Amino acid sequence: MCLGVPGKVVEIHDLTNMATVDFWGVRRQVCLDIVDEPVIVGDYILNHVGFAIRRIPAESIAETLALYETLMSEDPGDFMAADVRGEIDAAMKAVKA
Amino acid sequence: MSELKFRDPVLARQLAQQLAHLMQEIGRDVAVMHVCGSHEQAIAKFGLRSLFPKRLNVIMGPGCPVCVTDVPEVDEGVVLARDGVRIATYGDMLKVPGTVQSLADAQASGAKIDVIYSPSQVVELARSTSEEVVFFATGFETTAVATAAIVVNDPPKNLSILSAHKYIPPVMEIVAEMPESRVEGFLAAGHAATITGSAVFESFVERQKVPVVVAGFEPLDILAGVVELVKLVRDREAKVVNMFPRCVTREGNLPAQELLWRVFRQIGGRWRGIAHVPNGNLRLRDEFAHVDARKRFQIDVTTLWDYAPPHLAHQCICGDIMAGIRNPVDCRLFNKECTPENPVGACMVSNEGTCKIWHLYGGVPDLSEIA
Repeated sequence: MCLGVPGKVVEIHDLTNMATVDFWGVRRQVCLDIVDEPVIVGDYILNHVGFAIRRIPAESIAETLALYETLMSEDPGDFMAADVRGEIDAAMKAVKA
Repeated sequence: MSELKFRDPVLARQLAQQLAHLMQEIGRDVAVMHVCGSHEQAIAKFGLRSLFPKRLNVIMGPGCPVCVTDVPEVDEGVVLARDGVRIATYGDMLKVPGTVQSLADAQASGAKIDVIYSPSQVVELARSTSEEVVFFATGFETTAVATAAIVVNDPPKNLSILSAHKYIPPVMEIVAEMPESRVEGFLAAGHAATITGSAVFESFVERQKVPVVVAGFEPLDILAGVVELVKLVRDREAKVVNMFPRCVTREGNLPAQELLWRVFRQIGGRWRGIAHVPNGNLRLRDEFAHVDARKRFQIDVTTLWDYAPPHLAHQCICGDIMAGIRNPVDCRLFNKECTPENPVGACMVSNEGTCKIWHLYGGVPDLSEIA
């Protein structure tokens, strides 16, 4: 439940303070209300229950993604893989343009 | 159990050897505790216990927010649901046993329970209906911050919050002070510390004279964290070491902390099976009484108490397991009367519960040939 998931910011909606974030090709809306630093398009954030809780420093992105890439290829019954998918689902489905 | 996958098997082997060497130097049994369901999942999933020396016991403490949600807190949700209020909560909460019923039981007898993944979805749900919606909000500080964000963002009038949020640092004090506790060091969870920062553990270390290492979730992160922790135990050095700097800073997420403490205050309360934890529960501050379900509704859980509690629950040892005194395999109900389909104790309910994790992966797999 506390396993945040990293994703890449592809669009920022200033009015609602939401971002469209790409998680391995799945686009979701993530709230930017509690992120630690200002976020711009192209940044990676750590998403927990639909909220960005950290802007991931550029030099840490590859390392941060590695575990999740292993998990994403796991069978869906696996707890950690299920947590990762749950975190992605926690972000609301992207609003159609 | 999935195949052991290290990004760098050579490094994993080196770390395992280093750990074995450290334990030889110490020359006695050592117990350390982590307080995170995701750590336990990774330890079990990647078979890390097979790499730990026999005399090193890595225990899962009260790191599952679902498991430590107390019976009366579940009862509050059940009473509201039975009174016709629509309850929104995380899926893991449904099967957690209350005094008489779980939320799933209430749902089966007609109560409206909505499973959500995010507090944002609760807001959407409340906007889509004129019914009263109560968000039964559980989770540690990382999750509580997201609840706080919807509380301050002008939520719909028909939405209120039943907070069962919990705050990790105080329970570490309780576990460290238990007379039966042999825990000589703590592995703190990376993502919870993303919010609080590693500094939150500094006063704990000073008081309890035990080291704390903040670690990430990769198998290598955990191994490296355990190596560092055992090194500190060997050197009798009580300090905080942050081994997860890519996600955790010393100060943490300051805007999130500001929001957390603007919305919530700490009060003492029971954690299921553990103890009364002073300052361990997060409740809404008085300024937010208008969104506090406990203020908006008269919640009388005693209406449930005319029923006898299920007798099997008396045999459940979840509390001892979360305190690190016993293991799931020491419980006579484990994998017999108590299974994920039919859980007796909360540790078998959640994907982050020790018993459910051991049920799926097995506790101490034999992977010694990999080491």
